[in-house]
Amino acid sequence: MRIEIPGEEYMVSGHLACPGCGAALSMRFALKALGGKIIVVLPACCWSIIAGPFPYSSLKVPIVHVAFETGGATGAGVKAALEMQGDTETTVVVWAGDGGTFDIGLQSLSGAAERNDDFIYVCYDNEAYMNTGMQRSSATPYLSWTTTTPANQPKENPKKDIMEIMAAHRIPYAATATIAYPEDFIRKLQQANSTRGFKFIHVLSPCPPGWRIDPELSIKISRLAVQSKIFPLYEVEGGEKYTMNFEPKGILVDEYIRLQGRFSHLSEGEIELIQENVDKEWNRLRKKAGG
Amino acid sequence: MKKVLTGNQAVAHGVLLSRAEVISAYPITPQTTIVENLAELCADGILEAKFLRVESEHSALASIIGASMVGARTFTATSSQGLALMHEMLHWAAGSRLPIVMANVNRALGAPWNIWNDQTDSLSQRDTGWIQLYCENNQEVLDTVIQAYMIAEEVYIPVMVVLDAFFLSHTSEPVEIPEGGEVDKFLPKYHARYKCDVNDPHSFNLMVSPEYYQEFRYKIQYAMEEAKKVAKRVDDLFAKSFGRGYGPIEGHLCDDAEVILVTTGTVTSTSRGTIARMRERGVKVGLLKIKMFRPFPREEVKEALRGAQKVAVIDRNISFGCGGIFGHEIKATLCDEEKRPQVFDFVTGLGGRDVTPSLITEIIEYTCQNERPEGEIIWAGMRG
Repeated sequence: MRIEIPGEEYMVSGHLACPGCGAALSMRFALKALGGKIIVVLPACCWSIIAGPFPYSSLKVPIVHVAFETGGATGAGVKAALEMQGDTETTVVVWAGDGGTFDIGLQSLSGAAERNDDFIYVCYDNEAYMNTGMQRSSATPYLSWTTTTPANQPKENPKKDIMEIMAAHRIPYAATATIAYPEDFIRKLQQANSTRGFKFIHVLSPCPPGWRIDPELSIKISRLAVQSKIFPLYEVEGGEKYTMNFEPKGILVDEYIRLQGRFSHLSEGEIELIQENVDKEWNRLRKKAGG
Repeated sequence: MKKVLTGNQAVAHGVLLSRAEVISAYPITPQTTIVENLAELCADGILEAKFLRVESEHSALASIIGASMVGARTFTATSSQGLALMHEMLHWAAGSRLPIVMANVNRALGAPWNIWNDQTDSLSQRDTGWIQLYCENNQEVLDTVIQAYMIAEEVYIPVMVVLDAFFLSHTSEPVEIPEGGEVDKFLPKYHARYKCDVNDPHSFNLMVSPEYYQEFRYKIQYAMEEAKKVAKRVDDLFAKSFGRGYGPIEGHLCDDAEVILVTTGTVTSTSRGTIARMRERGVKVGLLKIKMFRPFPREEVKEALRGAQKVAVIDRNISFGCGGIFGHEIKATLCDEEKRPQVFDFVTGLGGRDVTPSLITEIIEYTCQNERPEGEIIWAGMRG
């Protein structure tokens, strides 16, 4: 099924994203999917800068910039006030990076998810603290180097499984997406918008300066992440019903990894180790989806 | 209608009468019964408000910042460690110019653990841009909550209503409860001048460069100065409507006093009795109660202390490496006076230690008998 991408633009020129920024494209698609009746809550992240400095804004929707770890709580407060005002039409979207979601904002996110507060939480994941110049987060992939996990001591731990954490909260809807599959991303945002309660969208957003890739490769790399099973596209309803959205065609992680400078230090053996982990995680997920 | 209420119940009644629309809180001793009361009022449909049961004090303030940005009248309450955890959000609330009202039950900070009364929690938040109003009794607590909304919503500065742990929070006193309709006339529904609105989209709190940031700060300071006038107007109006007024400070027997005792919170009540007895003995002592700590009522304090030879400040708090915080503020206020009284700064009553009439008597006698204090801090009521 093919869904047309809505033509209306809510993100205009003048934004401050780097060339090829996955987060910028993610926002553009998200606003197209959700329309103009939304309030965007922005905890500290790249988008705090991308949106534009005072007195400018690159978005045609209202934005509330908030402290780093408060996405979940602020979203809940904004929604509560709208409900008191009898406004049932405005959608509240918390738009947070991986640092604000996986790390410093996890408590507040968990609070909102557990209360099943009625808003959409989008984590655009560029897999490190990119706004401060590429420091490790708990979303950074296994064995990748960052400025705080240098190449001779790369990240020793696997990426935190945020989707499983959200599924464990039994929230009505959680989904993964990437900018390489905009129809899929838009459909998921629209499904989230028509679902009551807490919704979580995890969108992989390549960062050319941080991942050490050419800006024109952002889409290709997003596609390879899905095709190599590194970032499977799937949905979880009520924490139980898993649906896989894309069947990979046997592409190995090697193809994804070799395009990126953040993995340039890896040996063949280490890439094999990553492949093993990816296969293991894929099988675990397939089992949950009944496949 | 008169009712017997604890300080915490008085807070809840004040919030009910003010018709807060979004409340968010996290339990902490000795604040907990405030939010328990409010949760019950909401559950029973007596107060029409959304009640968010968040997972931390940090989220409590963060969530009502969100609600206030959309134009709701909001409330939260906390104490001690909870207030310390909120610190970042206190700045964020003031910087966002949101008329949030919060009750803080003054409790000592750890480590080591202590749940009893001490003012260091709220006083150490003095630079966050919040108006701070300290209360002496439960009637003042209820009245101050209502006044706080009116002040906050005029100057767009958040207000902290402060009450002593246990001495007020858990102590029952008769409190006159104003009629709901009368409060509605005094404090009408809140209509935000600026709010986050999909029909008029704007960005709030976006990155502000060095070219503009300083002016944002200037405006907060300007609003704080305005708040002094607004608070007076609100208090006068409140007195006209309900027959009770407080003022930013209250001078008691100060006119002919040679020694003036400066107090806040419940120590004020205790001191009133002590001073009456000392007056009977012929000691020319007066009392200055400070209700408003931020903005600091500099002119009023100067005026009240003019003519006194000595000033004895009771500080139920300490700024380590400096001294008592009220003492410090009073000294700074008096520094450009031509004739300055000698200030004696007594630190006592920390972590809930009783400040008894006999201790207050000792403090006044020490001040009378000594030309100068023995040091920047005089530790009173120490174990022998």
